[in-house]
Amino acid sequence: MNPMVAERRSAWQSLDSGQLLLIAAAGMLVVAAIAHTAVVGLADSHVAVGFGALIAVGELARLTMPGNREVAPISTAAAFGYTLLIDVGGIRVDHSALQVVAVMSVGMIAGALPHLAVNRPPRLDAMSRRLLSGAMVAFAYRPVADNLAGMIGSPGDSWWIPLGMMSALVVFAVLIDTGIAALLRAEQVRTSFGVAARDELRNAAPLGTAVGASGILLALGSHSMDMAALLVFAAPLLVSQVAFRKYAQIRSTYLQTVRALSRVTEVGGYVEQGHSLRVSRLAVAVGRELGLAEPELLDLEYAALMHDIGQLSLRDPIPGGATVLTDRDQARRIAELGAEVISKTGVLDRVAEIVRRQCDSPHEGPPLASRVIKAANAYDDLVGGSTDRDRAAAALDRMRLDSGSEYDARAVEAMTRVVDRGFRA
Amino acid sequence: MRGLPWPARLYLIVLVVAAGLVIARGGIEPQEWPALVVLALLFLVCESVPTLLNVQNAAVSLSFSAGLAAVILLGAEGAALVGAIALLSVRPGLPLVKRLYNGAQFTLCGYASGWVYAELGGETGVPDDPSHFADLIGPFAAAAATYVLLNVLMMGLLLRLTGDVQTGQLRRWGLAQFFISYLGYATFGLLIAGLWATVHSISAALVLLPLFVARWAFGQYHAQQRAYDATIAALCQAVETKDFYTRGHSERVSKASVMIAREIGMGPERLSAIRYAGMLHDVGKLGVPTKVLQKSGDLTEEEFAAIQLHPMRGLEIVKGIDFLDEAYAGIMHHHEKMDGRGYPMGLAGLEIPEFARVIAVADAFDSMTSDRSYRGARPVPVAIDELRKGSGTQFDPEMVAAFIKAVTREGWQTSKPVPPPEDDVVTKDHDDPTMPIQVVSER
Repeated sequence: MNPMVAERRSAWQSLDSGQLLLIAAAGMLVVAAIAHTAVVGLADSHVAVGFGALIAVGELARLTMPGNREVAPISTAAAFGYTLLIDVGGIRVDHSALQVVAVMSVGMIAGALPHLAVNRPPRLDAMSRRLLSGAMVAFAYRPVADNLAGMIGSPGDSWWIPLGMMSALVVFAVLIDTGIAALLRAEQVRTSFGVAARDELRNAAPLGTAVGASGILLALGSHSMDMAALLVFAAPLLVSQVAFRKYAQIRSTYLQTVRALSRVTEVGGYVEQGHSLRVSRLAVAVGRELGLAEPELLDLEYAALMHDIGQLSLRDPIPGGATVLTDRDQARRIAELGAEVISKTGVLDRVAEIVRRQCDSPHEGPPLASRVIKAANAYDDLVGGSTDRDRAAAALDRMRLDSGSEYDARAVEAMTRVVDRGFRA
Repeated sequence: MRGLPWPARLYLIVLVVAAGLVIARGGIEPQEWPALVVLALLFLVCESVPTLLNVQNAAVSLSFSAGLAAVILLGAEGAALVGAIALLSVRPGLPLVKRLYNGAQFTLCGYASGWVYAELGGETGVPDDPSHFADLIGPFAAAAATYVLLNVLMMGLLLRLTGDVQTGQLRRWGLAQFFISYLGYATFGLLIAGLWATVHSISAALVLLPLFVARWAFGQYHAQQRAYDATIAALCQAVETKDFYTRGHSERVSKASVMIAREIGMGPERLSAIRYAGMLHDVGKLGVPTKVLQKSGDLTEEEFAAIQLHPMRGLEIVKGIDFLDEAYAGIMHHHEKMDGRGYPMGLAGLEIPEFARVIAVADAFDSMTSDRSYRGARPVPVAIDELRKGSGTQFDPEMVAAFIKAVTREGWQTSKPVPPPEDDVVTKDHDDPTMPIQVVSER
């Protein structure tokens, strides 16, 4: 089979039921909105085209934030702006909520096409989420938009009523969006909804604030600036976009680099091939099972990747490289040396502490992440890259005997669940 | 003020007097005071949190937007007054001289751009007629350009007078980035003015929100970038601990590579790529057994092969990182020689990737100017002579020339002398061009 086809099929299969439901709902809404608009005709077509174009540009410039979250800030801000629009240059606009959805979807599809052409298909679930949360605001706001028209522009007036209403709706939309995202994520990475919701909110808050405020500004600005508002707004939106893109880029390079450099211990023959990566994947899965939030998981992942870095200070590798079999003092010394290397960065203090205490027994009170790494490291030393289920079960049995005295009982328990579920490092 | 040379002092006095004169002209009407206060506050807030937008030393910050909004809403006199508020900046540790200078500079910039705006037919006041808004954009753009240019000129003159000009501070690329970010800020000013007609003074607060989020994101980005650089440096150091004498080698090679790359005019993206490539060029050395690195006497062919393999091992490690392809090529081929006698591929001349030709020079130079177990560090001039000797056979003459030029101008901080460790063993340095590795054939 053509590998590309295989890849695409697996991309479809990787969507779970929640995502499919979401995409189907969005799809139906899009069809209804476009059909309705086609029948009724486009109201204020030049406004629709202008905002639609900005949405398309925003979709074209979508970016991926840490945690593989796809966002399109410019597109979302433009959609908010179009939804909340009252008048353009003093002339009232009068588009229905369904027209808003139609313009949004056409713009989004147009912006996604160039990406498709170079074989970078958009994340359908992320797109559907953006569309649905925008549509919700439209259905709540459009019917009352007309009543707000008199309230802006004239001196000494009650401009704060529309402003307050817009802000409330935007906050509501961002919350709904985060809620859906958290539901999907909880299912995807198998964590509790509470943890996922907090993670999503932490990630969405800054960008959501910028996007929401820009959307409101766009709607209000159109009153005095006419369609020039769209042009004037493109620049500040771009500034935010550039800032977030750079941030996302360095975050992903950082992780890649630590992943790559953690392999120096393998190349130097200090540990088995793939050891660091396997330990880190298992540790993250166990950490998630234990309900750790994303920032803690990131620390855990870095610590797990670099847990053997202290071995580089040894003149020659320990034969076989397995730290579980070497004597205690030696292992502690390696942990200490590794922590020293990591704390030299001056920024990864928590990671250094996790690495320093990776050999501690539970009664010494090490951080949870250290306990997880200790268990994951022991498991990998016993099982290695093998996929033999008997060997895995035997290793878990052996560790369970030592749990409480040597390994943290909760960590071993969580690891058993993760491995039973068919975890593959 | 005392520390300043007299031309700078004179310059400062001229600026302050001129600004004083401008403000003394007055011309603000009572009904404009509320707007003036709001804009001045906005200016002060923005001025007090200087931006991190990659523009060092050019003390224009977000306050630029507030100053330009004043140009439309209040005219030249108002813009001058708003600029003068920089005097009261709450930035910690800002000496009075700098406050005076900033206040005077922003006053003059505001006044001049207001004058340009009015001359070009820009209408002063709240723009509440939507049909004429587009007419404001042209004069406003001219006003913004005046503001930035005047600011850069005044700042440049000051830096020259105080002798504080760093060489090549504003390069072509930096300049483009500079103007693009100020174009962005200028439109924020237009936005504030445009929104004034709709939501009055609250427009300032509304515009600030996305601005501060963008600033926050840039702050996060810079923090991550610093953390990233520190992490790479720490990990490279960890790789070096095995060999006592090569400590700090990666960092110095990285620095020298950047000096060469800058000299031959590489853009910022390639500069940062070569910085990392220089840093990581020897990570593959870990794959070479310690006993081979520390063997005294000649190496067997097999042992030499292990050394020859280290660039490939390095590539294997870093290939998971999303660098420019050139960085990989630089790591892979940094031991190729111009005459084709290098390793691992035996490429010759311009077949060798540019990054590799740069790193080769930096690598050999740092090796020669550092202590080794079998010899002391050579002085910089001797090492430079060696580079010249190898130019054309081992090194690319262009890179050697560029490096010599950069070192003569900027100097070179050699590695600290290394006291030999107690259990000293002779360690070969595969980078040292003056001590080629001797290989004996086993037959």
